[in-house]
Amino acid sequence: MSGHSTYRPQSKFMQWLEKRLPIGGLVHSSFVAYPTPRNLNYWWTFGGILAFMLAVQIVTGIVLAMHYTPQADMAFNSVESIMRDVNYGWLIRYVHANGASMFFLAAYIHLFRGMYYGSYKEPREVLWILGVILLLLMIATGFMGYVLVWGQMSFWAATVITNLFSAIPGVGSTIVTWLWGGYAVGNPTLNRFFSLHYLLPFVIAGVVVLHIWALHVVGQNNPAGIEPKSDRDTVPFTPYATIKDTFMIVVFCIVFAWFVFYIPNYLLHPDNYIPANPAQTPPEIVPEWYYLPFYAILRSIPNKLLGVCALFASIVILAFLPWLDTSPVRSARYRPLYRQFFWLFVATAIGLGYLGSRPPEGVYVVISRILTVYYFAFFLIILPLLGIFEKTRPLPNSIADSVLGKA
Amino acid sequence: MTTVSSAEPTRRDFLYIATGAVGAIGAAATLVPLLAQMNPDASTVAAGAPVDIDLAPIAEGQIVKVFWRSKPIFIFHRTKKEIDEAKNVDVNSLPDPESDAERTKPGHEQWLVVIGICTHLGCIPLAHQGEYGGWFCPCHGSQYDTAGRIRKGPAPRNLALPPYTFLSDTKIRIGEESAKTA
Repeated sequence: MSGHSTYRPQSKFMQWLEKRLPIGGLVHSSFVAYPTPRNLNYWWTFGGILAFMLAVQIVTGIVLAMHYTPQADMAFNSVESIMRDVNYGWLIRYVHANGASMFFLAAYIHLFRGMYYGSYKEPREVLWILGVILLLLMIATGFMGYVLVWGQMSFWAATVITNLFSAIPGVGSTIVTWLWGGYAVGNPTLNRFFSLHYLLPFVIAGVVVLHIWALHVVGQNNPAGIEPKSDRDTVPFTPYATIKDTFMIVVFCIVFAWFVFYIPNYLLHPDNYIPANPAQTPPEIVPEWYYLPFYAILRSIPNKLLGVCALFASIVILAFLPWLDTSPVRSARYRPLYRQFFWLFVATAIGLGYLGSRPPEGVYVVISRILTVYYFAFFLIILPLLGIFEKTRPLPNSIADSVLGKA
Repeated sequence: MTTVSSAEPTRRDFLYIATGAVGAIGAAATLVPLLAQMNPDASTVAAGAPVDIDLAPIAEGQIVKVFWRSKPIFIFHRTKKEIDEAKNVDVNSLPDPESDAERTKPGHEQWLVVIGICTHLGCIPLAHQGEYGGWFCPCHGSQYDTAGRIRKGPAPRNLALPPYTFLSDTKIRIGEESAKTA
């Protein structure tokens, strides 16, 4: 991890430790002396917020696992006993359930910030791809956690999502039986989902370390999208970034607490308070809000295999963004056309989210199809062509110049 | 460390290849139990034995739902009208062409026995709903006719047929296929 380390331990103990395990120097160069661009705005604080949310989910999750029973006949009741009997169980479960939503909210803001300012471009491709891997891991973890409640939505979400794999020609049904450990979703499925739901957050934590490592090798992007050239362009991580990140974590926590204490069930589905019933599919199956755009893409395509392919493609395509965007200019500030297409893309993602929550009929299907076409066209047609045809605005000479108005 | 290059294969080359080969085979063999443990276990397989169902209480026009291997099985006692509707369809116009005779047992064509799982994404369709008098799936709108054939919506195939056999005119065994000569 870069940064000119001037770390000299004060205490005798730290001097002794530093000669044997230079951990103090690592922390100092990564989170104290580490130079950050001086023009970072508040959109850059969501990385810190995400690290905080991961910690919240792991701590509350470990506590919940102490009271939860991963057995098909007892799982639902054990969740209800957490809500009613366990001391502060209601609070811990509501923090965990709403924490998942807040985690995804922060991740999507972080992702859109990266897209707006071109943070995926050379030399940050690996950093970006690690981020896409983190998103995929979050999606898998969130899904399996939702199943553990073992309500009606849990059970049927598990059925629908595992059945996506039945679309694979030839071996589909063999794979699905293998995933279930039975002839349908049942106790073996619940058990393995519990095991994996406990494991994956630590895998996420491991990939986060790689993500931060890659970040500290190439350095942060910034709103101007140009590399720092001199010490005038940067400020030390501590105190500047530390206080900014901490401030936003606290602001974020206020929003989080508002959900937890005032509308804890706003983002949950009432059907998930009905115990899982393998004999009865609920009248409508709706995933959690953070999966809705992808669900809308799945439903907009009338062919099963193609629908499933489009669902996976809509996430995996993000990993190819560094090569699909051919423009040498990073920041949307200096890309007037890209900026418009970007905001249209954000509106499309939100629109697909809304359509994913509507029944798949009539005008909703037509609009879903139009938005799905734009979603993919943005990556596959617009971005490659913009690099050729867009007339970008002149870049500032340096970050300091852009801040001090000498562009 | 120094590298010794030599044209002749050395004992170290032999050890390297032999260790690699044994290690690779060992790793592959280890994968077998690690993957196989996820398949249905012995008790699940044992619980999947055939079940006998008495058809006598099922009234004409009624659809009952029984379970075999944790899967819902629909047993549909079809009326004359419903059988005719299923037969009077141009088979080649169907998304998954199958005649009514292929979906029932000869001599027992008033009985339709299908696995009650939508072939789209696994929801349980609702009986006696939709435009074709059969089933309607509430999840993504697939519609099935009185022979359990897909007529409309995203499902790719007809409702699957479980293996079953008629023990008598009013009794079937689900989980065991009758001889083709029946």
